[in-house]
Amino acid sequence: MSKAELTRLTLAEARDGLRARTFSAVELTEAFIAAIEAANQHLNAYVLPTPEHALAQARDSDRRLAAGEARALEGLPLGHKDLFCTKGVRTTACSRILGDFTPPYESTVGQNLWDAGAVMLGKLNCDEFAMGSSNETSRFGPVVSPWRRTREGKTDNTKLVPGGSSGGSSSAVAANLCLAATATDTGGSIRQPAAITGTVGIKPTYGRCSRWGIVAFASSLDQAGPISKTVRDNAILLRHMASYDAKDSTSVDAPVPDYEAALREGIKGLRVGIPKEYRIDGLSAEAAALWQQGIDWLKAAGATVHEISLPHTKYALPAYYIVAPAECSSNLARYDGVRYGLRVPGKDLVDTYENTRADGFGKEVRRRVLIGTYVLSAGYYDAYYLKAQKVRTLIKQDFDEAWGSVDTILTPTTPSPAFGHGEKSGDPLAMYLEDIFTVTVNMAGLPGISVPAGLSHEGTPLGLQLIGKPFDESTLFRAARVIEEAAGFFKVPQRWWA
Amino acid sequence: MEVDEATVKRIARLARVKITDEEAAGLETELSGILDWVKQLDEVDVAGVEPMTRVVPIKLPMREDVVTDGEIAEQVTENAPLSTDHFFVVPKVVE
Repeated sequence: MSKAELTRLTLAEARDGLRARTFSAVELTEAFIAAIEAANQHLNAYVLPTPEHALAQARDSDRRLAAGEARALEGLPLGHKDLFCTKGVRTTACSRILGDFTPPYESTVGQNLWDAGAVMLGKLNCDEFAMGSSNETSRFGPVVSPWRRTREGKTDNTKLVPGGSSGGSSSAVAANLCLAATATDTGGSIRQPAAITGTVGIKPTYGRCSRWGIVAFASSLDQAGPISKTVRDNAILLRHMASYDAKDSTSVDAPVPDYEAALREGIKGLRVGIPKEYRIDGLSAEAAALWQQGIDWLKAAGATVHEISLPHTKYALPAYYIVAPAECSSNLARYDGVRYGLRVPGKDLVDTYENTRADGFGKEVRRRVLIGTYVLSAGYYDAYYLKAQKVRTLIKQDFDEAWGSVDTILTPTTPSPAFGHGEKSGDPLAMYLEDIFTVTVNMAGLPGISVPAGLSHEGTPLGLQLIGKPFDESTLFRAARVIEEAAGFFKVPQRWWA
Repeated sequence: MEVDEATVKRIARLARVKITDEEAAGLETELSGILDWVKQLDEVDVAGVEPMTRVVPIKLPMREDVVTDGEIAEQVTENAPLSTDHFFVVPKVVE
């Protein structure tokens, strides 16, 4: 098998090939290292490739495979979002303020993956502190999507965004620079990038994956999850990322099912809800048509479809833009130029703090820190943060009500397909609207998956989102698999970067 | 306008982020825009609604009040921009 063929495998195919000894873990890893070397200058998906680290892990995997001691993810090369702390490997959250921070510990999710035998190819680009929907706010520069749009019958060479904040993850998976990648989602940062790059991404239930060792953005919303080429790959990975962890008091001690086995079950009799509040003005005609197509596919597979109402939907985004900045301003208070990362000296200690934080944080992060500081400041806490947390309860109650009559909810993932670099970065509110369909799920703490469902008139991917009951990721994988089977796979048509 | 320039400067001070006069003027418009937009929450009646704290009703776990870690001063200070003998070094704060 050629190097290019090896990188095109799905994670499940690679797993089977390694076990059958069709190729070795070192061969597979070398294929990805070569692909990253050729592509990264164009796509900027990796901020720190770690080829030697990867080859050392791959050699260990080959030894175990030969000895018949293969673990669940033995020898499978993954990309790892730079929001996860990695022991002895620079971790920056793609912010200048973390400098060359090199953690002396590993995140729980990362450790779970390496304990299962996975190989780390390197650290992936993301928006600074995971704040953004286009991966244009990284200290390492923007990520480029491998997709290009077609306009008036011709390929348009405008650089497209891969979504954000997990844009390095989505771009790398779509461009075959890893079998799959880790990602995190606070308001849509797994599902939106997956949707606009033709990949699969799940944000599990809040509490499913440990947040320990993940650079914190908004602690009541942050969750880790995988981005992959297929639903099956996603199911395989989530099982090994998830765990109860005493080091994260919000992680939940619930059994983690074999999601891959659940895929066999099909969806006959599944009750699917269609929320009427998601038919917003900004929804493109083709996204609306694709939504109807998704409904038809699920019906054809034996599901029943029911219109439902989630009346507080329109308040989720404004409430999010109180809760997330408030928690971000609190979490980011730790970056003081004293204990780690960047320090910009000043005339006294306060001046040192202020200089460090002015230079170390990018524009969008400063904006959110200031909003958060404002809404938490004396006299405003009740009017903003407390009010937003009460609205969150109402949003969650809408879903609780819906679960009385349906098992899952189908919506578009984003209102429109990928946009070009710079097209939305001047207007924070326009950028925030990217998350309009995903953010409710974080506010309610529910699981949500995005699955590729079709192409726009520009030839770029669009996704559908399935929302589930707490800890019922299995149902999401089953329904997403039906959509994937009906829609087919969406591969980048042209490898223009290599 | 939800926030004026003086308010922007005050919250920047609270957040320990230095901003120039020019940045303060730009932020005044941006923050006001965002805060005006979140005002739509005023339409929602939240009387008697509890703020959300958890997705599933679980109790916060308690652990034994014992030392589980320590004696790692080297690791704690190894990423500091300036340290000496396992102390973080900062500009003088007491005259």
